[in-house]
Amino acid sequence: MITNLQAIVAISYLVSSIFFIFGIKRLSHPKTAPRGNRLGAVGMLIASLTAFVDFGYVQNNNVFPVQFLWLIGIAIVLGSVVGVLTATRVKMTGMPQMVAIFNGFGGAASFLVAGVYYQFLLVDGANTSEPAFLLATGLSGLIGALTLSGSFIAFAKLQELKWIPGKPVTYKGDLIVKVVLLVSLVLATGWFVIGANTLELYWLVVLGGLLLGVLLVIGIGGADMPVVISLLNSYSGLAAAATGFVLENTVLIISGSLVGASGLILTAIMTKAMNRSLQNVLFGGFGGATEGPSADDVYGGKVKSTSAEEVAMLLKNARRVVIVPGYGLAVARASGPTRVLTELMEADEIDVAFGIHPVAGRMPGHMNVLLAEENIAYEKLIDLDTINPTFSQTDVVLVLGANDVVNPLARDPKSAIAGMPILDVDKAAVCIVVKRSLSPGFAGIPNPLFANDNTLMLFADGKQAMEDLVIAYKEA
Amino acid sequence: MTLIYLITIFSVAIFLGVELITKVPATLHTPLMSGSNAISGITIVGAIGVLLTSVTLDQAGWLPFVLAAVALFLATINVVGGFVVTNRMLEKFKGKRS
Repeated sequence: MITNLQAIVAISYLVSSIFFIFGIKRLSHPKTAPRGNRLGAVGMLIASLTAFVDFGYVQNNNVFPVQFLWLIGIAIVLGSVVGVLTATRVKMTGMPQMVAIFNGFGGAASFLVAGVYYQFLLVDGANTSEPAFLLATGLSGLIGALTLSGSFIAFAKLQELKWIPGKPVTYKGDLIVKVVLLVSLVLATGWFVIGANTLELYWLVVLGGLLLGVLLVIGIGGADMPVVISLLNSYSGLAAAATGFVLENTVLIISGSLVGASGLILTAIMTKAMNRSLQNVLFGGFGGATEGPSADDVYGGKVKSTSAEEVAMLLKNARRVVIVPGYGLAVARASGPTRVLTELMEADEIDVAFGIHPVAGRMPGHMNVLLAEENIAYEKLIDLDTINPTFSQTDVVLVLGANDVVNPLARDPKSAIAGMPILDVDKAAVCIVVKRSLSPGFAGIPNPLFANDNTLMLFADGKQAMEDLVIAYKEA
Repeated sequence: MTLIYLITIFSVAIFLGVELITKVPATLHTPLMSGSNAISGITIVGAIGVLLTSVTLDQAGWLPFVLAAVALFLATINVVGGFVVTNRMLEKFKGKRS
């Protein structure tokens, strides 16, 4: 028989789940998104307050345990302070590593809660032999641990910490080591469920999960981090859902699976945009088959360089200009002068749009945030599928700090990036590439675009080039 | 019975998640990720829960309580930081038009 208080708890969890669902729904449009985010925060507040009634009274025979209220208070206050300070100080370019480390914290919280809850059941002498409960506990430990250490390595790589190389760390037989560890962890979890139901084995699985997270992510290069962050985001949700099964708590299961689904979809979008399979990202290094022309063959005598004054003239006479930004633009802090140039062109009634590749930036949608920070209206940020058919009617394309995503070699079935969706900038009347040198992008292959008849290279630092262009445009 | 019921909730929520997320445009993928990241801090509920146990220090020792407090600390950072930073990003998308 269900009591009144139990019903109120169940309904409160349901209400907070509805807040999360409507919150995510509102995130689908820039105008409603801020409200959507606040709805999510309100949902979280309702869920947290309900937890006090649920675990404090209902699951405790209506005797509220006050022994650790002080500890709860301290942890929440300290966590809020650290959270607010980090969130208000992080730069928009640093967003990927912040999301990565927060994912890790979520994963850690999940395996810690599952482990402690399991230990308390053992101390209480409660029945812990249910296979479903043990499976949920084991998975929470494994996925949570994997998320923590994997996110930490991803953070270190994105933050470019010295002690961890940004390049994939590979060694002889690394694939075998990873597979053996994965299989042993699956077996250990299985043994935990049907064999030795002990606290020691649980923490052993956690330790193994931590090691697996390190080994998996350390072998992945910086360019693949958008995939890794999306996947870890999914795992942090799945770990929360698994903890929900451990505690038999509906709101944990619902929100955990919403996040799990979200991360999986973003992972799929990212791997599709890079034309890679998930296995290839997780287990294989990049650039195994680098057949194709050498840089000298591609560029030899065919690259034409240009000046800011010449580019300014071209822009002035254009009717439609598309700017293709890459992460390099943000690193060079060139987005400010880019916005000024955009405003100048619009004052001359030139149609300006931004072509955004799904993997521009270091996490899904990162480029959009970096441009929005510079007050560039989101209506001007056009995605790959929409912008590609318009290049043939575009007078000038300005490529700023992007390389592999505009490499026409992707159309060649023999190349290392064959089949990767690219922005068809070579179809425009004139293509201007702003770049320091002819050095290759992450894929490590030359870009024939730079040697095209209708391509002009503006060799300069991104910020300097854009500032020069602004001056030259005003004078032209 | 409880298990079947929880598995039902889990499956429906996964489908709902897929439906909701596929409608989010690429422009908003970063705020979506940091916002959903904040929601994955829902383990805060579990962390509060385990600290409201009737198990005492004498029975279990210090360690599990310290671990639970660490879990609550980390989950709070995840939740609070996640919502605040998402809000910061979305404010940049809103209003200011060039």
